[in-house]
Amino acid sequence: MRRRTLLTAAASALTAATGALATGCDSGASARASGRGGRLTYGVWDVYQLPAMRKAAREFERTHPGVTVEVQLTPNGTYWTKLRTACTSGTAPDVFWMNGPNFGLYADSGQLLPLATDGPDAVVEPSAYPPDLFSLYHWKGRQYGAPKDFDTVALWFNKKLFERAGVDPPDGTWSWEELIENARRLTDRRRGIHGIAAPVWAQENYYDSIAQAGGWVISKDRKRSGYSDPRTIEGLRLWVDLIHRHRASPTLQQLTDTDPRQLFQSGRVAMMQACSYDAATFWEDRGIRDQVDVAPLAHGRHRASIIHGLANVVYARTPHPELAREFVRFLSGRKASLIQGRYGSAIPARNGTQEPWTQAKPSFNLQVYLDAVKDAQAYPISANTAAWSHKEQQWLARAWSGHEDLTDAAHSLTRAMDQLLAQEGKSGS
Amino acid sequence: MSSDVTADAAPGTGAPAPGRPSGTGVPAGAAAAATAPGGLDPAALRRRERRFRYRDKWWGYALIAPAGLGLAVFYLWPVVQTLYYSFTEWGAFGGTEWIGLTNYRTLVGDPEFWQALGNTVVYTALVLLGIPLAMVLAVLLNVKGMRGTGIYRTLYFLPVVTMPAAVAVVWRWLYNGDVGILNQALSAIGIDGTFWVSDPTTVRFAIAAIGVWMTVGYNMILLLAGLQGIPQDYYEAASLDGAGRVRQFFSLTLPLLSPTLFFTTVLSVIQSLQVFDLVYLILGANTQAGLTNPAYAEGQTVVMLFFQKSFFDNQRGYGAAIVCVLFVLIMALTAIQFRLQKRWVHYG
Repeated sequence: MRRRTLLTAAASALTAATGALATGCDSGASARASGRGGRLTYGVWDVYQLPAMRKAAREFERTHPGVTVEVQLTPNGTYWTKLRTACTSGTAPDVFWMNGPNFGLYADSGQLLPLATDGPDAVVEPSAYPPDLFSLYHWKGRQYGAPKDFDTVALWFNKKLFERAGVDPPDGTWSWEELIENARRLTDRRRGIHGIAAPVWAQENYYDSIAQAGGWVISKDRKRSGYSDPRTIEGLRLWVDLIHRHRASPTLQQLTDTDPRQLFQSGRVAMMQACSYDAATFWEDRGIRDQVDVAPLAHGRHRASIIHGLANVVYARTPHPELAREFVRFLSGRKASLIQGRYGSAIPARNGTQEPWTQAKPSFNLQVYLDAVKDAQAYPISANTAAWSHKEQQWLARAWSGHEDLTDAAHSLTRAMDQLLAQEGKSGS
Repeated sequence: MSSDVTADAAPGTGAPAPGRPSGTGVPAGAAAAATAPGGLDPAALRRRERRFRYRDKWWGYALIAPAGLGLAVFYLWPVVQTLYYSFTEWGAFGGTEWIGLTNYRTLVGDPEFWQALGNTVVYTALVLLGIPLAMVLAVLLNVKGMRGTGIYRTLYFLPVVTMPAAVAVVWRWLYNGDVGILNQALSAIGIDGTFWVSDPTTVRFAIAAIGVWMTVGYNMILLLAGLQGIPQDYYEAASLDGAGRVRQFFSLTLPLLSPTLFFTTVLSVIQSLQVFDLVYLILGANTQAGLTNPAYAEGQTVVMLFFQKSFFDNQRGYGAAIVCVLFVLIMALTAIQFRLQKRWVHYG
């Protein structure tokens, strides 16, 4: 009955918690009984990466007799809700995937085990990964995550639309001015074609342009919002202007009704900025595979893009901390990274293991995603990133849609974000 | 309804508690026994009756125990807990701290809550407009000798048994501002359609239209059942008295259907105030667009806000306060409706 949805929603967390608690006690007991060997659980959310993860787990089992690793898939939609509940009741997987926006929450409340970065017990070597990716999983002086993969941002373009408009394809030398100018020239309103898509996307769009403009999202001590900084606003203005002033992008309403990727794939948008994992989407679409390619982002005051990536972390209350760390060490190692790259789903984080990923889709110039690492900036996070990133979406959408002046929206966002950051400092649990 | 049986019998027997000496129940039971039909000795009948009562009662409790326990553990106890948590600050990983009325104070000053409440009330009011529509459909389908009623009934009922998620996906395409069927149809008659679910001025109406579409079949079936329960002789008598079709509808059909209408109204209000999945998906909150729909603020419902605060922003205590207010609101509105029914509902 739909009538019960409210109660069900309210109850679900609690009942899930009690259920997990009951089963958790069992598994904990049996694991302890089995002694030194033991059974590890590994929590992941991406079904496309499941084969690679299973393969890596089998490999680990082969080199560690008596150890079994169970890869547990929870779809992205419920992964975080479930994980939070499981952590509360002490039953989370021994090792699991972590991302930037959620990391602060788990690290700050002591749900993760620190990983040694030097000495004989070192689990991860800092020098083996892009520094801004490595530092993403650093919290209050300790390392909690071993980078698993990364995603950077680049500019995708439709060669056919460029040809028709007589515009030279992007080659990595473009400035913002050239990006705007070319987006305008590519726009053909009669045919319903726009030069570029400017959705309110953080990692793909405005975090990059903020960095390119020399602005900042959050202060180094994670206590203040940077949204009132004129340079930050300049970074935001690029996108608002592309929609309203230059009319080179579909409006926010159009981009809400139809996903920008779909507009790009159907040839109604000539350019879009996308993360490395979107390469698979464009590759799978045989209708456009030969028509599109990818180039480095345009530069503003600086050349910059955002790097984000997942990490493997160890649950603080795992019954097998040593074994779990050993597994994480293996997953971040060369062998497991190469397995991951060969399956082609995500760029392995470990330096020198990325070639197989770029070669998996030969007609795309995927090298640009690897080159982006050298100008990359870390994804901005705090202890409760989700709370202010929702404010970010809500306020910026008002500016993007034209309902509110950008500067006003940015100031309102600063106030809301500062308030949430102050709360983080207070609770500190 | 089985509850009627016990309700009727209870005053006569005084419902003796189990294990009590049987003698004490006699004075109260006497009244019931005196009116008992059949030729048996009243005292014997009384004894037998009481024996059955004991046994029946225990069987009754035993049989409802599984459902009752489930209800208590999964519905009632969480309600109590939710009420408790609404007075606490609940960290993302547990660890509650009693903060008294702070959550409720925040809520009163939170414009987002009031906006969401307003949206929800507007949605509910608009969905209630579907009841007259369901009434018209039910009357039409009740016309004798009409062909294809089975097909129409099924067609109107189909949306009721369709998953809201599927409904949302399809309607998002219908409403699409660029390529939606709705705007294509409108452009054929020279109207330039808007972005229905990402335009702040139209979003509530667009969503409520789906709400009506999804509930009209259910209400129609209930009303149809109510219509068919009205004896045909009333209409014959009315036409003999010279009442036309219109007069018959307002003086006969409407009063006799009022209990069903009351039921559908109460149910619609309760369901609409809790609307979540349909609106969540229509606004695209599950996609990468997230909360950036320009009409998000104008579309968000109370339960969506609760979901957002509790499960994404990690403010579960505050989320609990939101649903507690909604709970009280639903209770109050239902109570008011039961009060008002005396003015317009006719039983029999």
